[in-house]
Amino acid sequence: MSNILVYVLHYEGEFNKNSLGAVSEAAKLASELAGEAHAIVVGEGSDVTDDFLAGLGKYGATKVYRAKGPDGLAQPVIDAMAKVIDSDGHKYALFGGGLLGFEIGAGLAARKRAGVTMEVTEVKVDNGELVAARPILQDSKISESRYKGDLGVIIGRLNAFEASERDGGGATVEDVEFELSPWSTKATMVQRGEQRGADVNIEDAEVLIAGGRGLGKPEGFEQLEELASAFGGAVAATRAVVDAGWFPYAGQIGQTGKTVAPKLYLAAGISGAIQHKVGMQSSENIVAINKDSNAPIFEFSDLGVVGDLNKIVPKLTEAVKAKKGG
Amino acid sequence: MKICVLVKEVPDAAVEKRIDPSTGRLDRTGEKNLNPFDTHAIEAAMQIKEGGAVDVDEVVAVTMGPESAVRALHKAVSLGADRSVHLTDEALAGSDVAATGYALAQTLEAESPDLVLLGQQSDDGECYTIGAVVADHLRMPSLTQVIKIDVSDGKLRCERQAEYGYDTVDVELPAVISVGDAINEPRYPSLKAIMGAKKKPLETKATGDVGIDASMVGEDGSRVACGNFHDPPEKDPGQIIEDEDTAETVEKIVAWLDERKLI
Repeated sequence: MSNILVYVLHYEGEFNKNSLGAVSEAAKLASELAGEAHAIVVGEGSDVTDDFLAGLGKYGATKVYRAKGPDGLAQPVIDAMAKVIDSDGHKYALFGGGLLGFEIGAGLAARKRAGVTMEVTEVKVDNGELVAARPILQDSKISESRYKGDLGVIIGRLNAFEASERDGGGATVEDVEFELSPWSTKATMVQRGEQRGADVNIEDAEVLIAGGRGLGKPEGFEQLEELASAFGGAVAATRAVVDAGWFPYAGQIGQTGKTVAPKLYLAAGISGAIQHKVGMQSSENIVAINKDSNAPIFEFSDLGVVGDLNKIVPKLTEAVKAKKGG
Repeated sequence: MKICVLVKEVPDAAVEKRIDPSTGRLDRTGEKNLNPFDTHAIEAAMQIKEGGAVDVDEVVAVTMGPESAVRALHKAVSLGADRSVHLTDEALAGSDVAATGYALAQTLEAESPDLVLLGQQSDDGECYTIGAVVADHLRMPSLTQVIKIDVSDGKLRCERQAEYGYDTVDVELPAVISVGDAINEPRYPSLKAIMGAKKKPLETKATGDVGIDASMVGEDGSRVACGNFHDPPEKDPGQIIEDEDTAETVEKIVAWLDERKLI
């Protein structure tokens, strides 16, 4: 019997979507392994109630471990998961896509001397064991991982696993007694979840015009705003320019930002790093404008334009306006 | 205080990367370079050293890799590191992430750094995890993808973007911090620094020199076996327009959008 332990992230009374996807995936895999999917939630506050945690049963967890520890930091979770795995012998640890999952999964692999695979897009059962597939070399190849030893750690790519609710699933809630490692107490959250910049809504737009570092300067977004308004759409951005303070965090797409799937996604000056791609690859039509013909974004765009966006975008704005007016 | 920066040699971005079918490992022949993400970590170390908030005695670049990896160390030194350490041993070939992190941690342990910095990811392996592995072995607190570091006595105040916005986290030293590429604009090395890089001290170490348990590294010591490399599902290649005459380019874009009823 092989049980799977899933780390579930929560924030302000809601479970993380990628974590729920991982629970559903674990439930599916566990049934093929004749085992169970268990979840672990780490939190300090009064929000981790029995009712809230038992709700993970709907996604296929049969048991939920509750560990009291600081929110939003990886190392306390490693301590809690290591304790649970030591006493209950889980064969696999599974994480949905996201920053914390990477940190916890890797640290857990170090602690438990386990194999770890990250950016996993598919998990299969072969001969009673899990095999994790991940794209490598800018997604040009798929590699499969098989695990040796007592524990295998699988960290999903963002949006790789879909959350699905089922009827009548119930989960028991069990408190975990564990001790924080001395080094786990040496990081303290001062402020969590600060929203930088204005609130912008990109998730409902049918047309998104997204800008990246190739815009060259913050003012580069002005021409994107004009193009977006010509389409009746919204403007979005990559992490690089949000971190640089050129655009609000609420408009960011990718790994630690939003996931979107508009009818038209037009990327201007975006190279197309994997962390960005995972947040927009389900868009119906992807158009990319970039001056570097080797930019990875051309590998997954439907229409690629190799050229200077500063020349193309203003003319395209005029043309779209003319077309709409005519 | 002493800062160690972990660096890695990666295939140059312009080189087509492939898997060597005979070994199942990344073919690492061809042009190599210092992992571009690591230059941000070196720059972060230099800014702490030059910032004056704390006294930095030295910045040490540390790598693990074959003989050719010394070039990454030379580059790191030309960017400001005072000296470098090269862990190289046949026994390490084929190490997975967990084994690599263990070997690097053993090497770092011998240096007893107050701060370990590294880049957020390697350009070739596309994983963001080595920092967390190293930190657990060194029993140090750790954060990844940090975009701002303020150093004060014995403590760092770090900012980073996580799942729900920006987090500010205080971390006591010693610590392992991976930095995001937004943290700084790395400097270019001066010609003098490039010429002088080979004269700076470089120590070469084998597994036995830093107490690495050989059974925990290399292909046999790794707990993940990668294989069955195959192509992803075929995707129709998109249409490409080279912009020569912008009026004509825009006409083509509009026609393409119009055909799909997107305007």
